[in-house]
Amino acid sequence: MKAVAQALRAHARWRWWEFALLAVLLLSWLLLPGQSLLLNEIAILALFAVSLDLILGYAGIVSLGHAAFFGIGSYAAALFAKLVMPDPWVGMIVAIAVAAVLGALCSVLILRGSDLTRLMVTLGVASILYELANKLDWLTGGADGLQGVVMGPLRTPFGAFEFDLGGRTAYAYTLLVLIICVLVARRLVHSPFGTSLQALRDNRLRAASIGLSVNARLVVVYTVAAAIAGAAGGLLAQTTGFASLDVFDFHRSAEVMLVLVIGGTGYLYGGIFGAIVFKLLHDLISAWTPQYWNFWLGLFLVILVLVGREKLTRPWTWWKKS
Amino acid sequence: MTTVLETRGLLKRFGGITPTNDVSIQVEKGARRALIGPNGAGKTTLINLLTGVLEPTAGSIWLDGQDITQLAPHKRVRRGVVRTFQINQLFGELTPLQSLALAVSSHLGISGGWWKPLGSDARVAPACETLLAQFHLTDVMNQPVKHLAYGKRRLLEIATALACEPRVLLLDEPVAGVPEGERQEIFDIVNAQHDMDLVFNFASSVTVLVNGAVFAEGSVESISNDPRVKAVYLGEGEAAHG
Repeated sequence: MKAVAQALRAHARWRWWEFALLAVLLLSWLLLPGQSLLLNEIAILALFAVSLDLILGYAGIVSLGHAAFFGIGSYAAALFAKLVMPDPWVGMIVAIAVAAVLGALCSVLILRGSDLTRLMVTLGVASILYELANKLDWLTGGADGLQGVVMGPLRTPFGAFEFDLGGRTAYAYTLLVLIICVLVARRLVHSPFGTSLQALRDNRLRAASIGLSVNARLVVVYTVAAAIAGAAGGLLAQTTGFASLDVFDFHRSAEVMLVLVIGGTGYLYGGIFGAIVFKLLHDLISAWTPQYWNFWLGLFLVILVLVGREKLTRPWTWWKKS
Repeated sequence: MTTVLETRGLLKRFGGITPTNDVSIQVEKGARRALIGPNGAGKTTLINLLTGVLEPTAGSIWLDGQDITQLAPHKRVRRGVVRTFQINQLFGELTPLQSLALAVSSHLGISGGWWKPLGSDARVAPACETLLAQFHLTDVMNQPVKHLAYGKRRLLEIATALACEPRVLLLDEPVAGVPEGERQEIFDIVNAQHDMDLVFNFASSVTVLVNGAVFAEGSVESISNDPRVKAVYLGEGEAAHG
């Protein structure tokens, strides 16, 4: 009796490396004050990738247009700060809510059809939003981007902090939102709901045959993932004080997919590891050879996919005969 | 005896083909009904209609006196119509324990919970433990299903259905692909727990489907001695298979 109950609970148990990762994230703020701008970018990309992992890694929904939710969160946060009030917390809630509503509306589009249909539909939605943001220039600033966004101070129990040029406040804020979102997502994926997502990813027919409502679950997880992507987009707008068409661009949807390819899907932290590796590679290679960094990134991806992540991250197995 | 499951004039057409043609059957509580017929007789189509995977062209399906014809597949499962599949339909990345815990949670109506971990409800683990032991899956309960041997996966296929505590359990070719030597294990397990067994040897009654329609119906003795059934199904004059 005990063994079964324990084995069930073991799936949700905290691992040592989860604490280590949390410590590294917190220490990075303390020990690398000069790198806050880069770290902030990494943390935003990580949060965006975690949201994609929820639908791709857990529910098996492929998407080439996840930037739609990142972008809508970005514009929602920027517009809210500009037109309504500059408080970052309230703006963050607005960004999340707007992205969630869009996610719920779009979720009906991904219920039917094959993976290929879903790739096209998600790509299409992001393109539509891109052009809408371009066209509605009286509201969004069009191709020039939304300028004149001034954020208010970050109010906390320890006092109010202004967003500084060095990005110290920004990175602390992003890190906090990232950690809260990951903790919530962690509860979610280990719950019966989260397990049922993996079940319907593996076999929708059987998932329905044990009494699970497949479509309702897809709608919920798509909405949650959209909300978290909206949070990531909101963070970008709030910490840079700017929103541009770039947030809806195809390269953003493709980049977040690459991050998950690098970090791995279906264990929640792939987005974080992937974002760290991707951004650091980008930073290192483009410092070394600014024009050809895509070449080296491409080479890295080819090696990663051909050799396999398992093998690449375990150097001690390289010379062992299998 | 009370009727649990009933079909009235069930009809399914795919273009010019009629895999289910005016099928009216009644299954009583506790009955073990074998559905037999030559290949292509429409057995699997009938199961797909009963479970809601397919929508009938005409006719109706009744469970405990209620019309469930329009009910979505997952809602029929909650009412107690549960099936297994001829070809294993399992969750490859999950473990047998997770699969069963999910099915048990679904039956308990707590599969939508998104905050507490799977198995935090005290009723889940004991139910899983019983099923794992019954189906000889305890030693492999933490291995991903995709790594299990075929025989184990076949057992999990049936265990997953039983985790939903069915009122009507539809077994679609439960021993399909299982070697002769291992078949008895599956029957022993199913028989020991739910009073079901091998067609002809242990079923209490038999329905013969031919070309989508009910060809004959009755007790095992009357069917196995029916010359018409012999002619159509067993192939009179030829060596009877199975």
